[in-house]
Amino acid sequence: MSSPNLQDDTGLAHFKRPGEIDITHGQILYLEDVQVSFDGFRALRGLSLMVADKELRCIIGPNGAGKTTMMDVITGKTRPDTGTVFLGQTLDLTKMDEPAIAQAGIGRKFQKPTVFESHTVWQNLDLARATDKRWFRSLLARTDAEAVLAIERTLERTALSDVAYRPAGELSHGQKQRLEIGMLLMQEPRLLLLDEPAAGISDDETMQLAALLNSLRGTCSMMVVEHDMAFVAELAGDKGTVTVLAEGSVLAEGTLAEVQADERVIESYLGR
Amino acid sequence: MAAIPMNSVRAEPALPTPPAAKPRSRSVAPLTGVLTLVVLVLVPVCALVVPAGHPLHLSDYALTLIGKILCYGVAALALGLVWGYSGILSLGHALFFALGGYAFGMYLMRESAGDGLPAFMTFLSRTELPWFWWGFDNFAWAVLMAALVPGAVALVFGYFAFRSRVKGVYLSIITQALTFAAMLLFFRNETGFGGNNGFTGFTTILGFPIAASATRVALMLSSFLLLVGAFLACRFIVNSRYGQVLTAIRDAETRTMFVGYRPLGYKLFAWVFSAMLCGLAGALYVPQVGIINPGEMAPVNSIEMAIWVAIGGRGTLIGPIIGAVGVNGAKTLFTAWFAEYWLFFLGAIFVLGPLLLPHGIVGLFKRRRA
Repeated sequence: MSSPNLQDDTGLAHFKRPGEIDITHGQILYLEDVQVSFDGFRALRGLSLMVADKELRCIIGPNGAGKTTMMDVITGKTRPDTGTVFLGQTLDLTKMDEPAIAQAGIGRKFQKPTVFESHTVWQNLDLARATDKRWFRSLLARTDAEAVLAIERTLERTALSDVAYRPAGELSHGQKQRLEIGMLLMQEPRLLLLDEPAAGISDDETMQLAALLNSLRGTCSMMVVEHDMAFVAELAGDKGTVTVLAEGSVLAEGTLAEVQADERVIESYLGR
Repeated sequence: MAAIPMNSVRAEPALPTPPAAKPRSRSVAPLTGVLTLVVLVLVPVCALVVPAGHPLHLSDYALTLIGKILCYGVAALALGLVWGYSGILSLGHALFFALGGYAFGMYLMRESAGDGLPAFMTFLSRTELPWFWWGFDNFAWAVLMAALVPGAVALVFGYFAFRSRVKGVYLSIITQALTFAAMLLFFRNETGFGGNNGFTGFTTILGFPIAASATRVALMLSSFLLLVGAFLACRFIVNSRYGQVLTAIRDAETRTMFVGYRPLGYKLFAWVFSAMLCGLAGALYVPQVGIINPGEMAPVNSIEMAIWVAIGGRGTLIGPIIGAVGVNGAKTLFTAWFAEYWLFFLGAIFVLGPLLLPHGIVGLFKRRRA
């Protein structure tokens, strides 16, 4: 590694090194006092949140709490009006666009599964694979043996081996959900954002999904936005941190039992 | 998508189909090679050796007609690449075709003018060549410009359009406006390209008389080789990882960005490459038809190109070629036999084609996936 130069000084006593997420303080994601408003509607009002490296964080909250807007801010789809958003100590996400953030190591699963419908399952995984994604490199790019192995592993992990050569458009809703997660895995992310991954799938599949996410624990940080409390309970366990969002900021944070007992949380959910 | 109730216990139906075999793309190299060889041998023999009057004789008229249609085929292929594979419906590709034609026309004008000025300039009482005519006495320079000028126009236009994420029908309308604006510009005598008369009266090409049978054969074969080369190049592009990303951007642009691709470069490359192909097709078209004027940039020409692609089959490479050859072949036959009904027939193709053949002619031969 070459010696860091002053231009890459973040002003936070850290140096930016290309392709490296600085987690020396143990945190992978920082949001501080983030404000976003759309035409006068304040979607995020001073949201502050930290996610530790390798942590699985569940986020719950009533509709309109700003959960999806928060994901939009982290992935570069929406620019915050004020506030800071950092990946590790050094990468200012408010100054990066969507592809740059994706390449830095943030993978995002949408509420509605979005896969490449006219491509086969195999091609979907291959396209998502972490590799040089500039257009002129892709003209001569080959899928080497190592990549084939990685794709096959992901197919197995997401139980999609049987449909590997079928167009993704022909898959069932649950299979598409799994394929999208498989694509995220191929990106070799450091932080996974999952927006309501259990929406619209059966209870059996929900538990399979929870098992899949549990098996990823320790390989990357995850942030799961979910309404299904059984799913959240499965992921958070007794000790995992659950964050409750309401009206664009953090209402409560703690274990699932703690937040469920919190008066303010009950109030915001039941609207008393 | 059918919404499944959150608490339903319905398991996903097991798919009875066995794992589909890994699809393998067939190689077209042997077929293309044989076809190319046959054409390269038969055309000169039929045109130059077989005596006139023999049923196998290829007349100059037939040579020119085939050459012209092959040029249309290249243009359709170029449009099919951007429309079918990246979802960009250009209604301005006739502009790139005409720009290539003009670039090569400039060479032909200087060649026929010798050391003097092209006739239309003397007529406008110009005394020296405008600066942008420099170098066009050189064949290679003209060919280079026939590709680079449309490419540069496409690059500038595409950069701003794609960067602003202009898409769909809006992009189509802007491309249509672009070719219309260019047509008005080229109609002006002051622009320096012969105004509404354009370029004509070509005499020689590389010193060979342009009307000679042997020259006609060479021009037709060049058009054929351009078509084969363009087809193979496009095939390489769409079969590469780049091509897969391009169709992924077409289907779900946002997803590709969150996977880490930047759509701008991907779209621009296909767009500029397509414009350059179109320019080269125009460059070969002009010496065969003997004229280029701003009418080639008329909006309706671009729309016709889109029709060729739609009729032949969008989303394939062979489809646009079949469409261009089919529609123009039909046009030739109809205008020869029932001239007064041609426009009705063309209208019928345009209306019925997309209705009855949503996937074009190629769609008829495609096996349905089981």
